[in-house]
Order: sequence, then C-alpha cells, then structure tokens
Amino acid sequence: MSDFDFSTTLGNAFFNTPIFTASGCASSGKELAQFFPLKDIGAVVTKSIMNKPRYGRPTPRMAETPSGMLNSIGLQGPGIEAFLANDIPWLVEQNSRIIISIAGETIEEYATLARKVRSVAGISAIEVNISCPNVENRGLVFACDPDASRIVIDGVRKTIGGELPIIAKLSPDVTNLPEIAKGVVEAGADALALINTVLGMVVNLDTMRPHLGGKTGGLSGPAIKPVAVRAIYQVHAAMPEVPILGMGGVSSGRDALEFILAGASGVSVGTASFGNPHAAVDIQSELRDLLIAKGFPSLKSAIGYAHREADL
Amino acid sequence: MVKDVMSQINRSATHMRATILANKRVGQYHQIVFGIGDLVKSCRPGNFVAISVGGDSSRMILRRAFAISRVSENASFGGTMELIAAPHGSGSKWLCSQIEGSEVDIVLPLGTAFGIPTSPVNALLVGGGYGSAPLFGLAEVLKARGCKVDMLLGASTSAKIYAPMEGKRSVNSLKIYTEDGTMGELGRVTEPIKVLIEQKAIDVIYSCGPMGMLRAISELTANTDVVHQCAVEEAMACGIGICMTCVLPVKGEDGQISMLRSCIDGPVMDGSQVQWHLVGQVPEVYS
Repeated sequence: MSDFDFSTTLGNAFFNTPIFTASGCASSGKELAQFFPLKDIGAVVTKSIMNKPRYGRPTPRMAETPSGMLNSIGLQGPGIEAFLANDIPWLVEQNSRIIISIAGETIEEYATLARKVRSVAGISAIEVNISCPNVENRGLVFACDPDASRIVIDGVRKTIGGELPIIAKLSPDVTNLPEIAKGVVEAGADALALINTVLGMVVNLDTMRPHLGGKTGGLSGPAIKPVAVRAIYQVHAAMPEVPILGMGGVSSGRDALEFILAGASGVSVGTASFGNPHAAVDIQSELRDLLIAKGFPSLKSAIGYAHREADL
Repeated sequence: MVKDVMSQINRSATHMRATILANKRVGQYHQIVFGIGDLVKSCRPGNFVAISVGGDSSRMILRRAFAISRVSENASFGGTMELIAAPHGSGSKWLCSQIEGSEVDIVLPLGTAFGIPTSPVNALLVGGGYGSAPLFGLAEVLKARGCKVDMLLGASTSAKIYAPMEGKRSVNSLKIYTEDGTMGELGRVTEPIKVLIEQKAIDVIYSCGPMGMLRAISELTANTDVVHQCAVEEAMACGIGICMTCVLPVKGEDGQISMLRSCIDGPVMDGSQVQWHLVGQVPEVYS
C-alpha cells in the first residue's frame, strides 16, 4: 500500500497528491487551514486575483439549488499587490504547493498580472481564469471565444517565459470545447482546468425578480458533475497528451475517480468544501483507497482509463 | 502580522458530530440542545454554528447557520449548546424534525462575539423575532459582570416572539412590542429606544434581528455616545470564510469601505460602521 504512487504532474509541475482546492472556493487558504494542514493536499489554487482591488457584485450573491448552488461573487479581491504581499508569503510558510489564479478584464491585464506573478518564489503554476461567468459584460468571458482565448494565453505565455506552467481555465458554456482547448494549448497553455461554473439563474418567488444581485450566477456542485465528466472526456479524447485539472461538483472519492478515469490528471474540490470543510482531505484519502482497491499501481495509470479500447 | 490574521479566523472552530439531547417546540420555534463537550468553553454569545442538513443523500448541499442561544455545563450531559430554529425552509424543517438521540454534523463555534464591557454598564438588548435567541445567553454574561440588563423584543405578531420563561430571569426588565398588538405593547421596539437614548439611560445596545431593525437602531445611535453592537444575518454558503457570499459594506477606521464577510468579520459588527444604505449595492469606486 505504501508503494502506491499517488503523485501527478501538470506541465513541469510535480504534486505529491492529485487533490487541489478549486479557485474561488478556498479564498487564499487561511480559512481552511483551521481544519487541516494545507500541505496535506496536492495544492492550493487561490481565488482568481485581478490587478486592482475589486468589490465584486452586490448581494444576494448566493442561491442554493437542487444538489448545487448559484454564486455571483464577481471576483471580489484585494488586487494583486496586496495579495502577493499578504497572502502568498503565508501560504509559502505553510509548505503548501501554490497555484495562483489570475483574471483580467482585458488582454493586457492578464499580461500585467502574469508579469507580477512571474517573479514570485514558491509558485507551482499559474491558472489563467478566462471563464469567470460573473463579470458585468458576458463579452469578457474570453473562453467563449476561440480567438480571444488564444490571444490571452499567448500574451501570458510571452510575458511569463517558458518556466511556469500555465493552466487555462475554460467554460463549459460553449458549443465546441475541444476546439477552444486546442487553441489555448497551441498558444502555450501546458494544462487545462475544466470546468468553470455553468451560467444559471434563479427567480425569487417573493420578489418575482431574479434572486441574485448580479441576476445571473455560476452553477456549481454535484448538479454539474456530469457536465464536467463529459468536458474532461471530450478534451482528453481530442488531446490525450495535455494534462487536465478537473473540477465541477466533486464531493467524494468516487466522483474524483470518475474524473481521473475520464482523463483528469488532478481534481479540484470547490463547492464541496462549503458543506464540508474537510472535503479536500476526505476526498483525497477516499480516492487513494479506491485506486488501490481497483488494482491501479499508481494514479497516473488510471488517468484516462475510461478511454481504453473495448475489452475483447 | 500573518499570525494576527490567523488568530482572527475561527481559531476554535471544530467540525464534529453532535448528539441532539433535546428538541422542544416553543411557540413557532424549536429549542434544540446539543451535546458538544468541552467546546462550550470556546463558545461566546454572538458566535454561531453551521449544521449539515438533510442527511447523506440530501440535495441540500449547504450548511445552515444558527446563532448559539446559550451554552451550559451540567453533571449529566457535560457541555451543552442550545439554538433556536424556525422551521421555515427545507433545511430548518429537517433539523426541527430530528429526534433526541440523533447525531448531526456541525461546525462550531464560528464568527465574532459580542464585546463584553470590563466595567458594569447599562445595557439594552434588542431582539427582533427569534433574533432574541443569542441575547439570553448574552444577558447572563452581562449580569455576571454587574451590568444592568434591559431587554426589548419585537415582532410582527405574538407568535413570532421568542421569550422563554427561564430567559426572563436573566434580565432586569423585559418589554415586548408587536406590530399588531397581539402581545405586549402595540408598535415597534425603535420607539422606546429613542426615548432611552435621549434620557441617557443606556451605554450600549446589543441587537439581533432583521436588517431593517438593525439599520433603524444604527440611525438612532448615530451621533450619540451609545455603542451599538449588532449581530447581522446575511445569506451564507459556507460559514467559514471561503465562499465570499455573505458580505456587507463596512467602513473601516481609514474611511475605506470594504465588503466584509459576515461569517468572519461578523456576525457581530459595530452598527455605526456598517453602511446600511449600501447593502445590496456595490460602492462605486475603490479609492
């Protein structure tokens, strides 16, 4: 049992274990550290940070839905300078593996953010969130446009050089996800984060208006898990050599195993942490037990196993 | 500096399974008592708990937050924690239907607590609806510090007043107001508060209840020497500070407005700093 290899890689970044937090679902780590040591999981993916401080969207920002929830936070945050000064040194102190997630309103903002992150020590990878649905202008969802996606990733790659792996976070709200995925990989993404939340809405029956302050929100939780499995499967089939960080409704080791078999190299736990602060560590140990029980010698040997040819 | 931040974030929070020791209907509400052992020592008036609802196969994925009504230690049950739930939504209905002996998944204690004065003061406790729940535990602590504790409870109608018999013993006076006059005096709690402030009869107001009531009290205490500590209630998904849904606009010492999480920087906040007029909006510019 102890010789089971649970490690994984995303580009040239190595992780001891494959369970990460999901961006936007762990703040910057301090809050979850109250419940388990952050170094016990594969990596902490921080909340997507923008260049300037940002208030985010008005309340109400949340609505529970069947087996899921809608959120419209709108990337509230302190801005990159304060974030790098206050939050990152603390995470480094925890011996946690760190993936910084960035989000910009313009192509230039992504490049600016990448330049600021480049010089930070102790970072394993950069997640480029081009798919947050909670921006005022849906036209800003770069990941819905193949050209815009490519240009953003190209800009980040040119700024950051060849060292730090780039993980492009994509939206499932598109017609041809493999095409967009291919575009960002050609532009220099080393890995893909699939999936961001699915755009949704709840109408409040008391006010008889959209419930969320931002009207629309991102749907997350078990309700979107099959969408995520499909996205991972499709993209892995199109580009089996590109590592995928899977996320979307994972709340058990069994869910995580589905993602791995569909083609994910790592799995992020997001909304499940809201209901269970120990979700990431619980899922990680469940996944490990399941892989061993299924007879896999390593995590890597299970990645994409659902794609194998029919048994004869 | 890093260590300071850490110490603010729910340093005693524990994720555990707790047994329901009692579940009693009180008017429209349920008074539910949990065995939580030594954790009672970390619970302060104003803190809240987050409870998983619906069982393992539930489609409700988020915890429900409840203010701690009070904690106590006794010989037969050890440390116990009491909360008051209104069976309104599917989550609170599920909790209210749990029988004695059942176990629930709970995270506690969470959030900020009411500040307790070091010397005796005249305290006014104001509760709206079952917002009165945490005030009875607070009253006991204030009385033990030698404070004079008066309480005002208000609601739209008598059935929505939560005022248990044993709670009345911990206050010097208790007055009830209902908007339909079915219990106590006809009217709102804000009327007598105005008079008490003018008479300089109170030093500090502790409040818990609907946002409209908290805002009205903040307006009455503005430009007076009366301190207003209020426990806010904003919809939250996680209760532990990671989801960023429960934010309120709050003005800091530097005059800068920030969107603070009511689960970590609250639920107890300084009523004079909350920008009530901006709740549900976004401040225009981040200066």
